[in-house]
Amino acid sequence: MSARLLQVAALALCLAVPLVPGLPSFWITLLNYIGLYAMVTLGLVVLTGVGGMTSFGQAMFVGFGAYTTAIATTRYGLSPWLTLPLAMLTTGFCAWIIGVVTLRLSGHYLPLGTIAWNVALFFIFGNLDFFARYDGISGIPPLTIGSIVFSDGASMYYLIWLTLAVMIIATQNLLASRVGRAIRALRGGVIAAEAFGVDTARAKMLAFIYAALLAAVSGWLYAHLQRAVNPTPFNLSASIEYLLMAVVGGAGSVWGAILGAGLVTVVRDQLQDILPRLLGAQGNFETIAFGIILVAILQTAREGLWPHIAQLASWVKPAGRSHAAAGALAPCGRPEPQAAAPLLEVVGLRKVFGGLVAVNDVSFAVDRGEIVGLIGPNGAGKSTTFDLITGISPPTAGEIRFGGEAIAGERSRAVARRGIARTFQHVRLVPSMSVIENVALGAHLRGRAGALAGITRLDQAEERRIFAEAARQLGRVGLGEMADRPATSLALGQQRIVEIARALCLDPVLLLLDEPAAGLRHREKAELAELLRRLKGEGLSILLVEHDMDFVMGLTDRLVVMEFGTKLAEGDPATVRANPAVIDAYLGGVT
Amino acid sequence: MDLSILLILVQDGVINGAIYALLALSLVLVFTVTRVIFIPQGEFVSFGALTLAFLERGQAPGTLWLLVGLGVAAAIFELMGARRQLTPRLVARILAVDMALPIAISALTLWLAPQKLGVVVQVLLALAIITPIGAYLYRVAYQPLAGASVLVLLIASIGVHLALTGLGLVFFGAEGSRTDGFSSAMFDMGQLMVSGQSLWIVGITLGLVGALAAFFELTLLGKALRATAVNRLGARLVGIAPALSGAIAFTLAAFLGALSGVLVSPITTIYYDTGFIVGLKGFVAAIIAGLASYPLAGAAAIVVGIIEALSSYWASAFKEVIVFLVIIPVLLWRSWRAPVIEEEE
Amino acid sequence: MSALLTVRDLAVAYNGVPAVQPTSLTVAAGGIVTVIGANGAGKSTLLNALMGILPAHGAVSIDGEPVQHLAVEGRFDRGIALVPEKRELFTTMSVEDNLRLGRFRLRAEGRVASAGALERIYGLFPRLAERRRQLAGTLSGGERQMLAMGRALMGRPRLLMLDEPSLGLAPLIVRDIFRIVVELRNAGVAVLLVEQNARAALKIADYGYVLENGAVVLEGPSAQLQADSRIVETYLGISQAAAAALA
Repeated sequence: MSARLLQVAALALCLAVPLVPGLPSFWITLLNYIGLYAMVTLGLVVLTGVGGMTSFGQAMFVGFGAYTTAIATTRYGLSPWLTLPLAMLTTGFCAWIIGVVTLRLSGHYLPLGTIAWNVALFFIFGNLDFFARYDGISGIPPLTIGSIVFSDGASMYYLIWLTLAVMIIATQNLLASRVGRAIRALRGGVIAAEAFGVDTARAKMLAFIYAALLAAVSGWLYAHLQRAVNPTPFNLSASIEYLLMAVVGGAGSVWGAILGAGLVTVVRDQLQDILPRLLGAQGNFETIAFGIILVAILQTAREGLWPHIAQLASWVKPAGRSHAAAGALAPCGRPEPQAAAPLLEVVGLRKVFGGLVAVNDVSFAVDRGEIVGLIGPNGAGKSTTFDLITGISPPTAGEIRFGGEAIAGERSRAVARRGIARTFQHVRLVPSMSVIENVALGAHLRGRAGALAGITRLDQAEERRIFAEAARQLGRVGLGEMADRPATSLALGQQRIVEIARALCLDPVLLLLDEPAAGLRHREKAELAELLRRLKGEGLSILLVEHDMDFVMGLTDRLVVMEFGTKLAEGDPATVRANPAVIDAYLGGVT
Repeated sequence: MDLSILLILVQDGVINGAIYALLALSLVLVFTVTRVIFIPQGEFVSFGALTLAFLERGQAPGTLWLLVGLGVAAAIFELMGARRQLTPRLVARILAVDMALPIAISALTLWLAPQKLGVVVQVLLALAIITPIGAYLYRVAYQPLAGASVLVLLIASIGVHLALTGLGLVFFGAEGSRTDGFSSAMFDMGQLMVSGQSLWIVGITLGLVGALAAFFELTLLGKALRATAVNRLGARLVGIAPALSGAIAFTLAAFLGALSGVLVSPITTIYYDTGFIVGLKGFVAAIIAGLASYPLAGAAAIVVGIIEALSSYWASAFKEVIVFLVIIPVLLWRSWRAPVIEEEE
Repeated sequence: MSALLTVRDLAVAYNGVPAVQPTSLTVAAGGIVTVIGANGAGKSTLLNALMGILPAHGAVSIDGEPVQHLAVEGRFDRGIALVPEKRELFTTMSVEDNLRLGRFRLRAEGRVASAGALERIYGLFPRLAERRRQLAGTLSGGERQMLAMGRALMGRPRLLMLDEPSLGLAPLIVRDIFRIVVELRNAGVAVLLVEQNARAALKIADYGYVLENGAVVLEGPSAQLQADSRIVETYLGISQAAAAALA
């Protein structure tokens, strides 16, 4: 049974629920709330489970949606269908503002910032006449389509669950798209993603706004279901509960969101019944259980309950993807580097880290179609030099020219756009993605599709071309068989080769390889050398850092030797090898 | 507004700010040592204040249940965790620290509470009840998550906050309480009337700041805590177990929180959930200090207190809004200074 | 000589990918044993697993007592100390505070014993004595290495594990550090030395293991390894001709 078919069956089952004869209307009400909560939790899946960020302000976004329609319909007589885009616009704008302030900061400032926003907003809702203070706004009109009035729970049920179904599909589409890969790369691959032209700040903002928009729609529906709003459902506790749903269900998958919303809602309903009777007093005692459940889930099943359920259903086949050829992918649009100047020229490059000179006035050049090796003992500053060239960190002084143009200090995204691709000494693949998805990240700059195209699947032609290109590059490095394996299931040496395929996906002019042969066996090294020679034959220039002397000796046209951040020698391999200073430095000079 | 009103507001601000400073210091301590963003810090404030209120009325506070319950849970976690290398001595130590101690404190409380022995005894009892809860809480909720990311630890904090708030309602009911305070004296200082209680607050805060500074600068245990904050792996490599540092940090945090509650309860009515908002104001100060610098956190806390006092005069309904939105410009400023690409933890 | 450290079939995997294949080795009491191999061969992984920083399978025992179930702190208490590749100093604290913290577990022995231990370390590393009030973060690379070693020695280890002690250091300082390693051995501390600088390591070691792709491919007394042409060619990374030129 395929996963798609199962999803369709599940949806059909959901839509049939109100038709069950004799179903108490109370259950419909509960299901309506589960649907509304699941929408918000779905946003948290994108934000937290996939993007690795967390917000304690989702209830506030629900509130934006609800209050927008409440005010616009009751005071200005706008049609509810007009207030839907208005609600999304308001919420999206507010999310953007909040995002600008907090998203660039490291992980924990976003949740803390959203706590502050949520608390502040609650008091604003409750104290301003514009929001009718703590009394709230009532008399919100029901939704209507022609003569159908969605005035009772059963009719709203269809609207809510159909909306949720659309959101689930949209979210799955988004996550599978080019933009989705960028969001998924936020967790564990920021530096690599930036090095392939992904604007990670933008990806973060996108995930944040997307989650806020789902919450806004939930709020809009809520307002028309309740026909009244007041500040309480949008306070911090509600935001916390949304996060609880995501954690309990499992923030890693859209189904976890539904599961979590369902479980938490049902359990709360039961506890609100039992606990006050048990304790002989009124109050929100269910928070005790929720708190303990939250901590216990984090301690025992950090990925939530869904993965454990999904494991039971391992007979469901995942929707596979074929990577058949699908037309050529456009090359990365960029000005070709000028032919006259050397391809890469580094002059007096210097990097100082807190008083420590890591790279000390190093100069060298790489010509077209040349393989240059950068060698030297551990800690000589080779990887730092790579980071400076590719814009991962700015040089303290010195010049870097690419095709005659100064590129020192440019961000790594801009450097990638020029056609400089690299691999990393410490492999930087996105652990949650398959091999081919990781490789496809390398073609990010060669695609155009945005979030909307991804959600609506209008990007399919381009996606097929991107994946065909990724498959082609994987085949080129000899790992075509591994395409659909999880990236982390490969041996470390093979992961390095995957990085080379990803770099080739950028359609680079210059390839920077940081220890490509480390962890490879003898035969694999020979194959790698063969591949690099072939690439050189196709006109690619390569700069590589390597420890294996035999490997560089046979492969490179020229060697640059570094020690203690300084260039020690430069020349063809034979000359360098005979240089006693080099041998001394490279092998350790303790005599 | 004339000068005398301004002076009164600033005085109010400094007094509240002193309380926020104690909380902000604990938050920085707990975060640097354990990477836990300790949202439930404020619950210790409520628990401390309301425990004292119950003791003043000659009643046994419900927090005794929490103390014994968490102690037993901690003992179980501890015994399970060390099950492969249990020695009679280790078992005895675990049972003494995690079970005998809370039971002894409870027995003492049950004996002394009805006797109403005066404010000093009651305050000491309240502190003795709340302080060990910090360590047990760390053992049960956080230590099993020691390797997790800051984000996971933060979510766990939210869980602990939920549970403790709910328990607070069970223990203390929805009614608020005020306590009698250490001193009802009033001093006339020119234009300003200064209450004895506010002098106590500022005095004890200053004393504690001094004591904490001495602890971190002069004792090996304090240095071990700092070492864990600076380099967790380095600390483990010299045998400083993160569990030990964590337990100490949380004990200190619980103590400071409970003490804040005891100090503030004579001047404000405390409800079971008041502590959360008070704690968040400590957070505003701690965030301004980047969750890293003690002096900055202390200074920021005083500023937060003064801003709150001033805004309660001009726009009392929006007092909380103004205080919480203070962090927005701070975050903006930090955001501009942040590197473009922030590497994952 | 009796075996101080015995490692049997130690294996480490990241995400199911083996980084160290089942490996066995022994370190004799008062001996220097070196593990050499290329970058990425799994040397540091091996040491980190022995210290308990990385989860591993297999048996590790010190003086016959199994320690594989113990965490880092527990192994430290049994007399295993690691000076890691990144040194992991307390950078915002003084040199002396760093050293004192090395005796955190022995603090019950009192001030006099602590002062004595401190003086012994200063005797071994006079540079540290000169910088005792300075913050560890302001030290040079060589001084950092000395401080990391001194801090580890403050805890009176039976086995000192050094991860790439020569990394990024000038030859003169490397020579100094290797001289101190020999002194330690003479003082009865066993040393497990992971080095990329194979020649220097083999020169002072009694016994050596060669690691390639996470597995021991060669072992033997260091004199024998030094003479082995395969080592010279493959693991020292130079051809015979260059080696001859060097000799």
